[in-house]
Amino acid sequence: MKRLSRFVLSLLLCFATIGAGVSHAAENVTVNGSTTVLPVAQASAEAFMKMNPGVNISISGGGSGNGIKALIDKSTDIANASRFIKDSEVKQAIEKGVYPVPHRIAIDCIVPIVHPSNPISGLSIEQMSLIYQGKIANWKEVGGPNMTIVVVSRDTSSGTYEIWEERILHKQKVTPKAQLQASNGAVNQTVSKNKYAIGYIGLGYLNSEVKGLKVNGIEASADTALSGVYPIARPLFMFTNGWPSGLTAKYINFIVSPKGQEIMKDEGFVPIY
Amino acid sequence: MTRTTKELAIKRLFLFFALLSLFILGIIIIFLFYEGLPIFQAISPLDFLFGVEWYPTYDPPNFGIGALIIGSFVVTVFSTIIAVPLGVLSAVYIAEIAPLFVKELFKPVIELLAGLPSVVLGFFGMAILAPWLQETFDLPTGLNILNASIMLAFMAVPTICSISEDALYSVPKEFKEASYALGATKYETIARVTMPAALSGITTAVILGMARAIGETMVVLMVAGGATAVPESIFDSVRPMPASIAAEMAEAPFRSQHYHALFATGIVLFLLSLGFNLVADYISNRFKEVGSATL
Repeated sequence: MKRLSRFVLSLLLCFATIGAGVSHAAENVTVNGSTTVLPVAQASAEAFMKMNPGVNISISGGGSGNGIKALIDKSTDIANASRFIKDSEVKQAIEKGVYPVPHRIAIDCIVPIVHPSNPISGLSIEQMSLIYQGKIANWKEVGGPNMTIVVVSRDTSSGTYEIWEERILHKQKVTPKAQLQASNGAVNQTVSKNKYAIGYIGLGYLNSEVKGLKVNGIEASADTALSGVYPIARPLFMFTNGWPSGLTAKYINFIVSPKGQEIMKDEGFVPIY
Repeated sequence: MTRTTKELAIKRLFLFFALLSLFILGIIIIFLFYEGLPIFQAISPLDFLFGVEWYPTYDPPNFGIGALIIGSFVVTVFSTIIAVPLGVLSAVYIAEIAPLFVKELFKPVIELLAGLPSVVLGFFGMAILAPWLQETFDLPTGLNILNASIMLAFMAVPTICSISEDALYSVPKEFKEASYALGATKYETIARVTMPAALSGITTAVILGMARAIGETMVVLMVAGGATAVPESIFDSVRPMPASIAAEMAEAPFRSQHYHALFATGIVLFLLSLGFNLVADYISNRFKEVGSATL
């Protein structure tokens, strides 16, 4: 009897360890994608992991396209994207048996920025379009001092560039003389060190080092982005394969909860409600 | 296990590891060509190499990497101009002139420079050198060819210096002794005997330094400015090929034309790098000093 109970006990222990191992493996969510979404995903994941000890959310930011690629390859649970999924990507996903489901998590507002010493306080969409096409090349043409404009843009395939191309350039080509920077932070850094420069970044990256410009007389803020008055704003998404379940669902629910949206706000994005 | 089987087993093991690295290299090359070549269904190789319009996401897209190739070459050439005197003369100093304790101090310091992460150099160029250049020369931007060339030169100097130094050490002692015996000074010996005898090694060093500069990604991404226009002066921004690949690859839709074009850019870069290495290899073998008898 004693031997039997010992046997049962060890068996139970054995199962318990296996069970713990399995449940531990299940408590893992991988997130990949947009560098615009990266800081909020990071901050919300930290808060979520603090609330739910034992779970692990690993986040990497390779860009919207990479995130969706990873979702299609089933190498990530959540793909962050600063744009909506493209038709071609949907087609590829369905070929591989992946059904991308979008979840709107915040609104990103893009702000044109200049050096703090620049007296310009606002530009129209038309003016910015001409500046980015290289047709306006001096600040005096838009009411500023007589100095060259240095155009700082993002790599043409970043989500941030995409919205800029759509809302400002209206599909016109950006001047080949435009400088390319690979991230919001790098654009901010470049413009903060260059009194000739104009650039554009997500509202979340705006700090006192640079000066945000009004667009068509409207200042970028949570209210103007949410009401749709501010012209350069876009929703941010998390994509999952099918309707999420388990920990993935819990994490996304947390992000859209009031507490999660508070984090979006702290990181400089606009909450969805 | 007898000694011979043991010997054989060890031999096989080493062969296996040597083959494994060859195999992995082979796979990478096949992958590179497999992903890059499809772009030539959309554009002819000539238009790809010599076109100067790079609008990969525009509709219809332009895939001309001419300006990117020029960008790569320009920063490589200028960084070589800066790095060669620095690297070769440091090597001469360390190998021929410096007293032992200075030698023992300088050598590790220069090797430390080689270990400096390129992102650190890039950040230095972006945050310190760029504003300084802009102020000093009153430029519209400090992120330009000159800045990138200076930063790349820092990366090439350790390569050039340590390989040149080895070349100088391998010059037979009898040469120098003969030179001194004829009454030549130390300077004359270095300039007319040691340096010419080590020339093939020094050339190899320079070419390997250039190969390092042309393939470097992080530095050019951060400090070259990234403009796709053909540069007109040394103070213009350029976008060398690795910067374009690094900046755009992440967001290029999988297996799209843009994606293939970036891989094709990778092929061009690979072939250039291979070319540099073959030339270096040829020079070091062809003009190898096998002994005093060859001179």
